[in-house]
Amino acid sequence: MTLATLVLLPFAGAILPLLMRQHSRVVLTGITLAIAAVSFILMLTLLPQTVAGEVPLSTYAWLPDLGLNLSFRLDGLSLLFVTLISGIGLLIIFYAHYYLSAKDDAGRFYACLLLFMGSMLGIVTANNMILMWLFWELTSISSFLLIGYWFHKSEARRGARMALAVTGAGGLALLAGLLLIGNIAGSYEIDAVFAAADTIREHAWYIPALLLVLLGAFTKSAQFPFQFWLPHAMSAPTPVSAYLHSATMVKAGIFLLARFSPVLGGTNEWFVLVTLTGLATMLFGAYFALLKTDLKGLLAFSTISHLGLITMLLGIGTHGAQLAALFHILNHATFKAGLFMVAGIVDHETGSRDIRKLSGLRKAMPYTMILALIASAAMAGLPFLNGFLSKEMFFAEAYEQDLFGGLSWLVPVLATLGAMLSVAYSIRFVQDVFFGAPSKDLPRTPHEAPLGMRAPVILLAMLCIAVGLAPMFFTESLLTPAINVVAGVVQPFSIYLWHGFNIPLLMSALAVAGGIVIYLSRNELFTFNRKFDHRDAKETFASIVSGITAWSDETMQKIETGSLQRYIAAVLVLVLIFVIPELAQIEALRGERELLPIDVVSVVGAIVLILASLGTAILHRQRLTSLMMLSVVGLMVSMAFIHFSAPDLAMTQLVVEVVSIILMILALFFMPQRIPRASSGRRVARDVLLAGLIGGIVGTLNYALLTREFTSISEFFLLNSKPGGGGTNVVNVILVDFRGFDTLGEITVLAIAAAGIHKLLNNLRPFMPSSDVDGRAWHTIKHPLLVQVVSQALLPLALMVSAYIFLRGHNLPGGGFIAGLITAAAMILQYISNGVEWLKERFDYNYQSLTAVGVMIALFTGIGSWFFGANFLTSSFTYLDWPLVGKFEVATAILFDLGVYLTVVGATLMILANFGQMTTRHRPRQEGY
Amino acid sequence: MELLYAITVGMLTASSVFLILRGRSFPIVIGITMLSYAVNLFLFSTGRLVINEVPIIGASSNPTDPLPQALVLTAIVIGFAMTAYSIILAVRVRGELGSDEVNDPNYEENEGQR
Repeated sequence: MTLATLVLLPFAGAILPLLMRQHSRVVLTGITLAIAAVSFILMLTLLPQTVAGEVPLSTYAWLPDLGLNLSFRLDGLSLLFVTLISGIGLLIIFYAHYYLSAKDDAGRFYACLLLFMGSMLGIVTANNMILMWLFWELTSISSFLLIGYWFHKSEARRGARMALAVTGAGGLALLAGLLLIGNIAGSYEIDAVFAAADTIREHAWYIPALLLVLLGAFTKSAQFPFQFWLPHAMSAPTPVSAYLHSATMVKAGIFLLARFSPVLGGTNEWFVLVTLTGLATMLFGAYFALLKTDLKGLLAFSTISHLGLITMLLGIGTHGAQLAALFHILNHATFKAGLFMVAGIVDHETGSRDIRKLSGLRKAMPYTMILALIASAAMAGLPFLNGFLSKEMFFAEAYEQDLFGGLSWLVPVLATLGAMLSVAYSIRFVQDVFFGAPSKDLPRTPHEAPLGMRAPVILLAMLCIAVGLAPMFFTESLLTPAINVVAGVVQPFSIYLWHGFNIPLLMSALAVAGGIVIYLSRNELFTFNRKFDHRDAKETFASIVSGITAWSDETMQKIETGSLQRYIAAVLVLVLIFVIPELAQIEALRGERELLPIDVVSVVGAIVLILASLGTAILHRQRLTSLMMLSVVGLMVSMAFIHFSAPDLAMTQLVVEVVSIILMILALFFMPQRIPRASSGRRVARDVLLAGLIGGIVGTLNYALLTREFTSISEFFLLNSKPGGGGTNVVNVILVDFRGFDTLGEITVLAIAAAGIHKLLNNLRPFMPSSDVDGRAWHTIKHPLLVQVVSQALLPLALMVSAYIFLRGHNLPGGGFIAGLITAAAMILQYISNGVEWLKERFDYNYQSLTAVGVMIALFTGIGSWFFGANFLTSSFTYLDWPLVGKFEVATAILFDLGVYLTVVGATLMILANFGQMTTRHRPRQEGY
Repeated sequence: MELLYAITVGMLTASSVFLILRGRSFPIVIGITMLSYAVNLFLFSTGRLVINEVPIIGASSNPTDPLPQALVLTAIVIGFAMTAYSIILAVRVRGELGSDEVNDPNYEENEGQR
């Protein structure tokens, strides 16, 4: 509980600085400090347990089926990092209070900082690999926000984007690696993974998992060749740099290496990859640190170099090397945070970070100078400071290893070279900035920074000295549990100030002497370096990014050709690919069901249906003929429904067919009259092949289905239709009662489609040909008298049939759908034969409202059953004795069916009448008509 | 009989798929309409083929499966709504763009593709 709170508190607290941003800076800083301090204190309450060798755990199930739990652990390694993250975090918050200018939005800054802090705490305490990865990505995102804090500067945006791209890509690799590990171990919980360490190392997937995890760690820790993002992240405000690049962000990669070294480490691959990467990074970073003229640039490359050193130690992987690595993590965080803050003070008080401009600040800023001196001496590894001790240990390990066989001697030599460079740039940091003649052309007159800004640095510098003088006293309780976790064994150790005259001491002496020589001859080095054409990492990165974008653009254009025909063909081919293998597995096509005998009527019907469908397809360029063929198809389909015992379907199909064909003939009027060239032969051949295959598959499926026995849930409907629904026409009872909710949805869809069509027709300026394709004018008589008379006589008849069909629907074929369609068809006939004008005079009704009323009736019938304590759409019925009519059934379902009826009438007329009016002056023109 | 039915449904599907693969909107709408007929026939047949019965209690000693019929009934109406929507969409496109081509006008190969 405490543990989870410790991690999640900064996330929850991040909202506070944002909410209170109108308050003064002091309040904001106070609140942020309080949140961070509570986390720190919570850590302290757990510290005794961890130091005693226990591992406080805290687990909540989140998505246990996916192996994802909110589980946290505070082992020794976590404790070391939590101390760093919250300890340095507190100092950074304090420092930022003085650093940020009045116009900076401190609320946003502190919110991002707390988010970042929470994410870091999450990484180091997660006991679930997926959870750890989640926090890992959160650090990428929150560091993006922090680096891009001054988003009005293009370099800040670019630096933030680069950091996000590199660490984000590494994060994806890490996820893949963690999934592999979790798969091998059978669990994503870290303690389970530890237990399965041997299995993992011997598994065939070990190498891919290792490479992926290392990719994640190296991108985050800016190891060679991924170091390029870190210097660009220096466009962040200095407190951010001090936090991200001393104690947290880049150390996350190191933490990952340390966390997984008991699982992945100890093998030859680990050793070669990690050690050599670390070595290369150390030398690369140290060399470029010396060349940088920007104070923060120097520190950035020095950070890269020191991270390389730690990586190398973790690669060597002996107990001593791991101890040295952990110790240096601690030491580097203290002196590098201090140095970044010093750089920030110098920048803040002089307005410049350019080493070439800065000079002789010792008079103006004596205290800052002393602090810089201590911290850089620690960075250079001078005696009596913490950096010296870890560097000595590093030398000893580099000297003692013999992992590269005959070439092992190279390692200590290169290590000493790296240390020399480190001494040289440390000297440069202090000497060039604080000594020499005072510079004159600075943007601001240099003066000492406020005490509050110096206080965190003073604390850090004091720690450098304290640890340097009494390492065991100050760090034993932190290092012991940590090393026990990383090494996996309990082995006592001690760190001494004085080892006697030995090789590491000699290496240290050489490093200092060599460093001074390199510093003195730096101008030769700069001249030498100018001979090379250093391409900026920024440009390389930009060209890679634009290359990838161009490539994906090209690919997209190949896939997304804009040809609907191709898309449909691709979908159909996919259907074939998925269905054919499944069909091939069916043992026998024909099932065991007894088949019906063939009769002549069916054969004739089927032949007509097939010929009509083929005619529709083949004659599609003669559109009217094709449409007539389609109507034959529709008619034959309704015949089929009659033949196979579905009278309701036959009636519905018949009326829908009539309405659809009328609609399409109307549409044909607006379509181009001339149909240009036909498709190429190849395309026709392809389409025929595709159509044939799909048709064949559907036919095969249908045959396989039809010849097999089946069980149906319909037994229930047949049994309950009369006693439960009060009707004998089971199809209708299902529609209005059992599955009434479905029907409600369906009529709503119908209404929506009609509304959509209404909208599509609004303000449409259609093409209206004044003559047919051969130039003959339309007939002058629009509405022949004979048709008028017959249709007018037909209307009452049709309405009566419709009412009859509606009323009997519950017991005999019929119902709201069919009755609605009949009414609509009768009305459409009036439109066709008499014209819109004629109808407007007699029946000017708004079909939109009719549709809406229909849906409402259906809906409220359903809701009505609530008032009787029943479920939505429960129907009830009773029998009434009507004089003359006889015994008559009254069901609430008939009210529902009325809603269906009105919706169908309204929607159909809304579609057809509106469309038909396109040629008249009544066509919809403006919104809301 | 079952074989005849299946062949018919298959032919109907094949013809409509061919129509849907055309490059002009009108044949595509016809194809969609016919495909919905084929699908309705297919769905209807999941209740198996029965002759001379009705899904009405009392009128038939052995009523047919009413459930596919109820589903197909609404499917017919919804299919009509979809046909109507797509044909009106085609008219609207024709009104806006002056063409009934369904391919992107920038697509190079559209010459002579119907």
